[in-house]
Amino acid sequence: MQAFTTLTGTVAPLDRADVDTDQIIPKQYLKTIQRTGLKEGLFADWRQRPDGTLDPDFFSNQSQYQESSILLTRDNFGCGSSREHAPWALLDYGIRSILAPSFADIFYNNCFQNGILPVVLTAQAIQTLFDRVLSKHTYQVTVDLAEQVIALPEGERYTFTVDPFRKDCMIKGLDGIGLTLQYEPAISAYEARRSREAPWLF
Amino acid sequence: MGSQTLFEKIWNQHVVREEPDGTTLLYIDRHLVHEVTSPQAFEGLRLAGRTPRRAKAALAVPDHNVPTTDRKQGISDPMSALQISTLENNCAEFGISYYGMQDIRQGIVHVIGPEQGLTLPGMTIVCGDSHTSTHGAFGALAFGIGTSEVEHVLATQCLVQKRPKTMEIRVEGILPDYCSPKDVILAIIGRIGIGGGIGQVVEYTGSVIRSFSMEGRMTLCNMSIEAGARAGLVGPDEKTVAYVKGRPLSPQGDMFAQASQAWLDLKSDPGARFDKVVELRGEDIPPQVTWGTNPGMVTDVTGRVPNPADIEDEKVRSATQRALDYMGLTPSISVCDIKIDRVFIGSCTNSRIEDLRVAAKYVQGKHVSEKVKAMVVPGSGLVKQQAEEEGLDRIFREAGFEWREPGCSMCLAMNADVLTPGERCASTSNRNFEGRQGKGGRTHLVSPAMAAAAAVAGHFVDIRDWA
Repeated sequence: MQAFTTLTGTVAPLDRADVDTDQIIPKQYLKTIQRTGLKEGLFADWRQRPDGTLDPDFFSNQSQYQESSILLTRDNFGCGSSREHAPWALLDYGIRSILAPSFADIFYNNCFQNGILPVVLTAQAIQTLFDRVLSKHTYQVTVDLAEQVIALPEGERYTFTVDPFRKDCMIKGLDGIGLTLQYEPAISAYEARRSREAPWLF
Repeated sequence: MGSQTLFEKIWNQHVVREEPDGTTLLYIDRHLVHEVTSPQAFEGLRLAGRTPRRAKAALAVPDHNVPTTDRKQGISDPMSALQISTLENNCAEFGISYYGMQDIRQGIVHVIGPEQGLTLPGMTIVCGDSHTSTHGAFGALAFGIGTSEVEHVLATQCLVQKRPKTMEIRVEGILPDYCSPKDVILAIIGRIGIGGGIGQVVEYTGSVIRSFSMEGRMTLCNMSIEAGARAGLVGPDEKTVAYVKGRPLSPQGDMFAQASQAWLDLKSDPGARFDKVVELRGEDIPPQVTWGTNPGMVTDVTGRVPNPADIEDEKVRSATQRALDYMGLTPSISVCDIKIDRVFIGSCTNSRIEDLRVAAKYVQGKHVSEKVKAMVVPGSGLVKQQAEEEGLDRIFREAGFEWREPGCSMCLAMNADVLTPGERCASTSNRNFEGRQGKGGRTHLVSPAMAAAAAVAGHFVDIRDWA
C-alpha cells in the first residue's frame, strides 16, 4: 500500500448525499480479475447523460478537475455494495483523500486498505468547502494526516479524528496481512482453545 | 461481566488479542467466496507467496455472474466466463470447496450458506459481499468485507476490527395479514434512514421478529446493510436449532446436542444495554413499496409518492426531485397507480422456498398482465428442485412467468438479465439504486406477494384487499 503523509491537491466537488458504490463504479466494470485500469468505470453512468453525450457539469468531465486528488462530497458516501472496485476506481483517477460528513462503513474501511484517506468533517465545514470550491476555478487544500488537519488556503484549519492504528498503517504504508501474521502464535493458541470449547466450529 | 448483549457475547468469544486502544484481532469462523470480489485476493496471496490458513473454513460458489438460462450452452460473455473459471482454478489451487455451475448445491452465496448448514449460531462469518448480514438471522455475527479483507481472512483467518456500537430494533405487536418480513425491514429502513445504522450492529427483537420463520429472519437481516448497519442479528431459539439440524455441514449426533445447548444460551441478557433503541409496532406496518432511488425512499402501499413542493428542507427536496425524475414518476401519484413493465422474483433477499410458495399462491390460476414480463429466479439449485417437486414451477409457467436457473440475476444485472432504459420493475431484491437492474432501469422494492400480485395486475395493488 502506498503511504499517506501529507497531500496538497485540487478539490473536486460531488454535491450529492448517499452516493452508493453502484454509482461510483457500475456493475459492468466489475467483470475484471484485476484491480487496475478501473478509472474508465468511475461514475460511468453519471458522466454520461442518457443520450450518450458527456455531462459537462460533472466534475470528471471538467478540465480543472482532471488532476484532482481530493474529492469533496456529502453524507453516507459509498453506501451499498462492498465492492472494493469503488476505491480502486477512485485511486485510478488519482483520488487519495475524500472529505465528507459521514461514510458508509465498508467503503470507509476499504479506503484505508488502498491508501485513500477518508476524512469526516462537520456538515458546516463541508458546506464552507463546497462554497469555496464552487466559487473558484480551482481550489487546493492540504490534508495532513500526522497532524490530523485539513489546511485551507485562507488560513482555516479543520481538525479531524482517525483511528490511531489505521493512521499508523497509512503513514508507514504497512501491509496489514504481514502485521497480523506477526501474531500467529496468538491465533494458534486461540484456535487450540476454541476447538476445545466449541469443537463444531473446526 | 454484567449484562451483555448477544453481539457482545459473540464478539468476546472471537477476540484473539486486543490493543489498549480497542483495536481487536477478531477470529473469523467461516468465509464465503464468490467470483466477483475474490480474484484479486487470490492473486494477492500468490504474489506474496501465502496460502490459506484454514482452507476448509471457506466455501466458494459462482453466483453474481452466472447465466440463468440453459447452462449447457456455457457462458457467452467471455469476461464473465473468465471470472468464473478463475474462481474454479483458484479454489482447486488453494484447496477450497467449490460448488460449480452444474452442481445442484450451487446458488446465491447467502442462500446456500444456511441451506448447507455452513451458517451456525454464534459464528463470525464474512464474505466479500455486503449482504452477508443475511446470516445474522441465526445469531451469527456476519458482515460484508472488501477484497483486501478477503485476502486477509484467507491468509490469517482473522480481521483487524474496532468494536461497533449496538442498536436494538424492537418490533412488538402483530403484523397485519399478508404482510411479510420484507415489509418490516423496508419500514425500518424508511424509519431510521439508509445511514441510520452506520457503525452499529443491530439486534432485532420483539414478538413480530420471534414469529418469523428462519427464512423470514434471513430476509430481515439481509437488508440491515440497506440501513447502513454493519450487521443484523436475531437471537437463536428453537426455530434456529430445528432449521440447522441435519444439514450437510452442521454438526451431527452428540456434537449437535452440545452445540445446540450453547446456541440456546446465546441471547442478550435481561438489562443488557444497547447504544440506541428503536421501537416499531407490527400493526403499523402495511405492505411497503419503494418509490425512489434508495431503499429509504419507501412508503405504504396505500400511500402516495412525495411531492417535492411539500418538502421544506432544500437538500431533501432536491434529492426527492432527482429521484422522481430518474424514476419517471409524477409527484403525489398513488402507489397503486404506478404501472410496471417487469417483475423479478429472486435475490438473496427473497428467493427461498417460502418466498416462492407465497408468490405462487398469488398467481395460481391467474395470468401475468399482457404488458408485463415476469421471471422467477430461485436462490439455489436445491430451492429450484424443491419448488419443482411442489409443482410451483408449473404454477409460475402457466401464469406466464419465466422459470430460471439459480443466481443473483437481475438483482444486480451483471449477467444477461437486465432492464432496458426506462423499464419499470417490481422487484423482490434489495437495492433500487439508479441503474442497479440496468442503466436507466427503474426499480421498486416489494415483498414476493406484492411482486406476484403486481405481475398479474400490471400495477401495484394492495394485496390485503386484492387476494
